[in-house]
Amino acid sequence: MSGFLRIERVTKRFGSVVAVDDATLAIQRGEFFSLLGPSGCGKTTLLRMIGGFEFPDAGDIFVEDQRITDTAPNLRPSNMVFQSYAIFPHLDVFDNIAYGLRRERLAKADLEARVRDALAMIKLEGFGQRRADELSGGQRQRVALARALVCRPKVLLLDEPLGALDKRLRESMQIELRQLQRDVGITFVFVTHDQEEALSMSDRIAVMSAGKILQVASPRVLYEQPNCREVADFIGSINLFDAVVEARDGADALVDAGPVGRLRIQADEPVGKRIILALRPEKVTLSVTAGTVKGTIAAAAYLGERSHYNVAIPGRAEPVSVAAQNAERVAERGHAPGDTVYLSWPAGAVLVLPRD
Amino acid sequence: MKRTTGGAGLLVYAVFYLAFLYVPVLFLPLFSFNDSPFIAFPLSGFTTRWYAQLFADTAVQGALFNSLRVGAAAAIIATALGLPAAKALTRYRVPGGSAVLGLANLSLFIPEIVLGISLLVLLNVVAVSLSLWTVVLGHIVICVPFAITVLMSRMEGFDRNLEEASLDLGEGTWMTFWRVTFPLALPGIVSSLLLCFMVSFDDFLIAYFLAGNETTLPIYIWGQLRFPYKLPAVLALGALILVTSTALVVIAEWIRSRGLEERRHRMVGA
Amino acid sequence: MAALEGGLGSRLVHAYRRSEAARGLALLSPTMLIMLAALAAPMVLLALYSFWTQSGYALDTNLTLAQYATSIGRANYRALFYRSLEISAIVTVVTVLLAYPMAYFVAFRAGRSKFVWLILLTIPFWTSYLLRVFAWKLILGYNGVINSGLMSLGLIHQPLEFLLYNPTAVIVTLAHAWAAFAILPIYVSLEKIDRSLLEAAADLGDGPVRRFLRITLPLSLPGVIGAAVLIFVPTTGDYVTPTLVGGSSGVMIANVIEEQFDKVGNWPLGAALAVASMAAVGVATLLFVGAVRAAAGRIR
Repeated sequence: MSGFLRIERVTKRFGSVVAVDDATLAIQRGEFFSLLGPSGCGKTTLLRMIGGFEFPDAGDIFVEDQRITDTAPNLRPSNMVFQSYAIFPHLDVFDNIAYGLRRERLAKADLEARVRDALAMIKLEGFGQRRADELSGGQRQRVALARALVCRPKVLLLDEPLGALDKRLRESMQIELRQLQRDVGITFVFVTHDQEEALSMSDRIAVMSAGKILQVASPRVLYEQPNCREVADFIGSINLFDAVVEARDGADALVDAGPVGRLRIQADEPVGKRIILALRPEKVTLSVTAGTVKGTIAAAAYLGERSHYNVAIPGRAEPVSVAAQNAERVAERGHAPGDTVYLSWPAGAVLVLPRD
Repeated sequence: MKRTTGGAGLLVYAVFYLAFLYVPVLFLPLFSFNDSPFIAFPLSGFTTRWYAQLFADTAVQGALFNSLRVGAAAAIIATALGLPAAKALTRYRVPGGSAVLGLANLSLFIPEIVLGISLLVLLNVVAVSLSLWTVVLGHIVICVPFAITVLMSRMEGFDRNLEEASLDLGEGTWMTFWRVTFPLALPGIVSSLLLCFMVSFDDFLIAYFLAGNETTLPIYIWGQLRFPYKLPAVLALGALILVTSTALVVIAEWIRSRGLEERRHRMVGA
Repeated sequence: MAALEGGLGSRLVHAYRRSEAARGLALLSPTMLIMLAALAAPMVLLALYSFWTQSGYALDTNLTLAQYATSIGRANYRALFYRSLEISAIVTVVTVLLAYPMAYFVAFRAGRSKFVWLILLTIPFWTSYLLRVFAWKLILGYNGVINSGLMSLGLIHQPLEFLLYNPTAVIVTLAHAWAAFAILPIYVSLEKIDRSLLEAAADLGDGPVRRFLRITLPLSLPGVIGAAVLIFVPTTGDYVTPTLVGGSSGVMIANVIEEQFDKVGNWPLGAALAVASMAAVGVATLLFVGAVRAAAGRIR
């Protein structure tokens, strides 16, 4: 396996809890790579092992083919932006950013130039004399970023850096960070539990759950071709139907999807195989006249650019989630609760996922 | 992060430091059981006669009784003063609050001799004669900082929404105090009482200046330090005091930590 | 309350109830009054006394600086001030230096036994000060523990005389008696240090020693200063220790002050000595704290 940053079969236990379970990853140089998953999935532990703040119980970590598994954090080619930012309270912004540079014994003018460039990069020129408690959350985050980047690390590790910011600030920071990464060209490893954030910023994402890496792929592939129920459920919203393959017809499979009816889908699964059919809400169309499945609108939400509907299907406890773009200006209300509707979708839109 | 080298060295240092703190004091109980009126090695065998001598001494009993009374009074009054002050400082925004806190804590930073003589001067000017009550007054001055510190930390620990909820549900200020604040602050109150009692019980210098003709236990001990033949009995007294203070400290800390446990459980539950 | 008439009375009560500051002050007032009466007023009175004179049995209340002239003018008093400050300074430095690694151990290395260590360190803090000093008298005495122990082991044949009744004995005793006071403030400020700051420092290239010097030490400085002041100020005025173990060469300022109030009966002089010593201690403390802060401010 080749890769700029390689994680090979890394495992970490805390007592009886397995925080990271046999994780293997290859991250490329210059990638914006995200570790995504719910709280407790092990993504932060994995990040900390890359940074040197935890040590694996098994497995190895390599940067540019150099084994760094047991190296102390101060000797690693990585720098971290901590979730709490960890701005030194007894130093001002200038000294914070300059902190890691002091040991390089640069000439005073060089040091000042580099710190000033860093301040310009994060758009906080003139803030050099301020102290940590005089900065807002967003400003502290940027100082933490500058402090880590000014040391020119090979890898930048970011531990949920945008979690404490309000929505608007977070969104603008997402764009800024992405642009910054492209400008600077450093490999970013970014931890988040917010899948929208990961999807919008990353080149590739590793989805984790309960210590295991479920799927590593680009945002598009993760969204359109999740490899299992968990990934499908975690990324965006999705409708899941249990089904059984009844018969095969050439390249197609005829499945019995219970309340949804009998469907013909493109799949390789053999007869008798139990599967899950996954369907994204925006792939479903509503019609009052005809369609594959008949149901009743249970709830409708108008969200401006689109409308969400929950459609109750007889025989199925959970309603089907449908997202319809409001592409035309509608003079009256769209579909309302109680209306009878028909659902249909393109044949290729149905994903087949394994059922354990 | 990986444990740095030298961790074992620090542990060894810590153990030696602890030994340094305890060993000198442990000579007192050691020699109180020694069958010799001289405080010297080698040891001469085990005896409890010094304890017997101690219990037979009526002067000790008198002094002890005085110390207990003074300690109880000082503890109760200091705690009673500290509780409303702690409540005011943690729950309300009071202008000049930090000045009052500074004044209350000032006695920690003034040498006891100055506290003693200044009170002596005051009492002389207002023509109040020295007695156990003047000792209580002096002890209140040194106990209040401890009372306030303990009570403030206890009151900061529990949610002020609890009191607001009680008011919201119809209870007046006094009943809210009685039904909500007081029970929750109770571990802090008990802690404060115990600590203030110990501070008062052990105090020598202020009592020395302000007791007049009365004797408290430390004053008695001070007097005995001049008579070598009574020394082992004094050691016995010292040993008993050590054991009692240790027990009281452990109890006070245990109560305080129980309070912290509750807080943690409540936070987890919420 | 029910008896108050409407109008001004009820408006006052209303204002009181609504004003948080008023309620807070009301709660603080008992403590404030007692502390003013029993702490502030006596100190003011003491200062006043220092400007008066004792003539025979009467008190001459004409303001004069005579007592201060005596306090500072007499060489032996000046020497006493100096010696007291010197002894306290040495005790403070020794105690704080010894206590810091101990506090560091409990804050960073003790793990689950932190609570046990803290209790073990707190207990001596609460045992009788008098007894602790007395214990050292027993240890350092001519026939005391050290001498008799060394003699019975055959290591010496004559008791060592230099152990007791000198300034060194005072220093050793004070350092031991006040050790417990140093630990807690230092421990509290070490405990407060956000561990992620140390991780950040490591991440930025610092090994353990540099991390300690650049992050831990400066951030623990408030605790160190607090411990130093907590020890320095009261020990300069210590009476018990110099009396029990100081002998004639280890006399400190408190002994002379006590004499004025006891045998000699010259209260104004005692007051002046007390005020002068507090002023000296105050100045010394400010200088010390200022110097430490300035030195720490250079750490980057």
